[in-house]
Amino acid sequence: MNWITNYVRPTIGSLFSRREVPENLWTKCDNCGTMLFHRELDAAQRVCTNCGHHMTITPRARFEKFFDGGSFEEVDVPEPITDPLHFRDQKRYPDRMKAAQKKTGEHEAMLVAEGEICGLPIVAAAQDFSFMGGSMGMYVGNAIIAAAERAVALKRPLVLFSAAGGARMQEGILSLMQMPRTTVAVDMLLEAGLPYIVVLTHPTTGGVTASYAMLGDVQIAEPGALICFAGPRVIEQTIREKLPDGFQRAEYLLDHGMLDRVTERGKLKEEIANILSMLTGQELTAPAEPPPEAAPDAPVPAPPPEPPMPAAAEAPTATPAKPKK
Amino acid sequence: MNNYLDFEKPLAEIEGKANELRAMARANEEMDIEKEVAGLDKKAADMLAKLYSELSPWRKCQVARHPDRPHCKDYIEALCTDYTPLAGDRNFADDHAIMGGLARMGGMPVVVMGHEKGHDTKSRIERNFGMARPEGYRKAVRLMDLADRFGLPVVTLVDTPGAFPGKGAEERGQSEAIARATQRCLRLGVPMVSVIIGEGGSGGAVGIATANKVLMLEHSIYSVISPEGCASILWKDADKTKEAADALRLTAQDLQQLGVIDKIVKEPLGGAHRDPAEAIRAVGQALEGQLKQLSGVGGDDLRANRRRKYLGLGAKGLAA
Repeated sequence: MNWITNYVRPTIGSLFSRREVPENLWTKCDNCGTMLFHRELDAAQRVCTNCGHHMTITPRARFEKFFDGGSFEEVDVPEPITDPLHFRDQKRYPDRMKAAQKKTGEHEAMLVAEGEICGLPIVAAAQDFSFMGGSMGMYVGNAIIAAAERAVALKRPLVLFSAAGGARMQEGILSLMQMPRTTVAVDMLLEAGLPYIVVLTHPTTGGVTASYAMLGDVQIAEPGALICFAGPRVIEQTIREKLPDGFQRAEYLLDHGMLDRVTERGKLKEEIANILSMLTGQELTAPAEPPPEAAPDAPVPAPPPEPPMPAAAEAPTATPAKPKK
Repeated sequence: MNNYLDFEKPLAEIEGKANELRAMARANEEMDIEKEVAGLDKKAADMLAKLYSELSPWRKCQVARHPDRPHCKDYIEALCTDYTPLAGDRNFADDHAIMGGLARMGGMPVVVMGHEKGHDTKSRIERNFGMARPEGYRKAVRLMDLADRFGLPVVTLVDTPGAFPGKGAEERGQSEAIARATQRCLRLGVPMVSVIIGEGGSGGAVGIATANKVLMLEHSIYSVISPEGCASILWKDADKTKEAADALRLTAQDLQQLGVIDKIVKEPLGGAHRDPAEAIRAVGQALEGQLKQLSGVGGDDLRANRRRKYLGLGAKGLAA
């Protein structure tokens, strides 16, 4: 009606609602719809305790459970030049970057760290799907090269967790050139006689699969992960027929001989440590901690009747944007 | 010249008029049209020169995809002697979207291969429009193995909209096949030279284009995604292909500035499709020069140079 209703009231209202609705206490499982309490969900590494559905997890949260005692040291990644093409679609690329940084609290879409799993020293890298769909640009390329170089310098295996919609279109051809660049990184490890283990997580698609994510000595995937070069929608448009159930999911790829194993998130640490121990002839000194139960002293409050909106909005939607056929 | 692109319409009108006059003169010998026809020809030539001196990225996409543009097969037939096609991936099938084999280029034995799009409906279907399946990339790996074992340089001609997005291709490991092909390129202990002759479509191109030297025809394109795909993802509007083509910086000129390609091969006036023989000759000459330069280099150095080249990419951006 006037400037008070238009301006003052929405501002005041937003102040109140922000204070009163606690965010992210409850997350709804994308698969079975169960409301999951955040502490329980975090303890289970964001795997639904009801149906076993694997939700997106940030590299930091993953590493806290993956490395012994949650302790790891980040490996520095050389900073690439920003916005080399001066790319602009509906938004400027630097603005998209800033928004992603603000949303995730991370600098870029990959985290590299060194530490120990079951007493075995390794280097690990994990891609962050929540940061611009995990897309592979120059930074991700640099991160994989830095991870490989660090692994070679320390004579340690590299474990890589992939998650990406594909190449970062905003870096144009330079994102495509990360395919050969990261392949060079893989070859550095192979030449140094170091194991390279890839864990494909939901989703890993496009140019990422056509380079470092498919070149592991051992290829493991998390259950239900979408893994493909061309996405299901693109294929359906091309061949104009319905695709079979579970097409391009981890289990389907396992059946078609494209993976070594499909392993639940909670069992990855022990399995990878064992494989690495056999490949490198090193003994494991620390047992893998059993998947922690929900802390008994933390009473779980009753779930709210409605799923809180912020959590729902942050839940990753399935099919990511992918860089074409 | 039958196949005019949409932006060549005014040119088509002028050339059409000139041809009409010529036809009339043939029917009626007393007609003196020389002056008029000469005027029209001059106008057409000027217009052609102007159009092609300022092609926008989107127009370059159209030229790069022109059906009359010479394709891989044309280059091999014209530039090679003793071409001996080699087929199959020894696993599943022979993929006709990637052709290749042994040949002599300027008398020197080489392994030559490339994407072939086909030139009419029948051959396009047979070639799957130049969109390779895993078998194609695995055949490429086999051919590179052969080249490496016998010390033959590898020449690849790149012209694909992208790797084929199909059910079977996915089931048989499209991504793994491309990754292995890229890896094989990087490990070659023999010289490798690639020429983007039309479309360098994403990973489908990279698999056989990770070379010591990458050349590009003047009006060809090389991109992480097609402008159509980019428009529909980032603009959520399939009509924004022109904007996407601009933003992606997919022209040979931009890619040279970024250091992604090493040399631009000039096309005849009005594009390779107006004078295929001349375009093929220019590519042949450029290839010969590159192969000569690389011929004395040892295997370890070739590998090291290739690695250094790709690791160093991204050090410079484009001027604002």
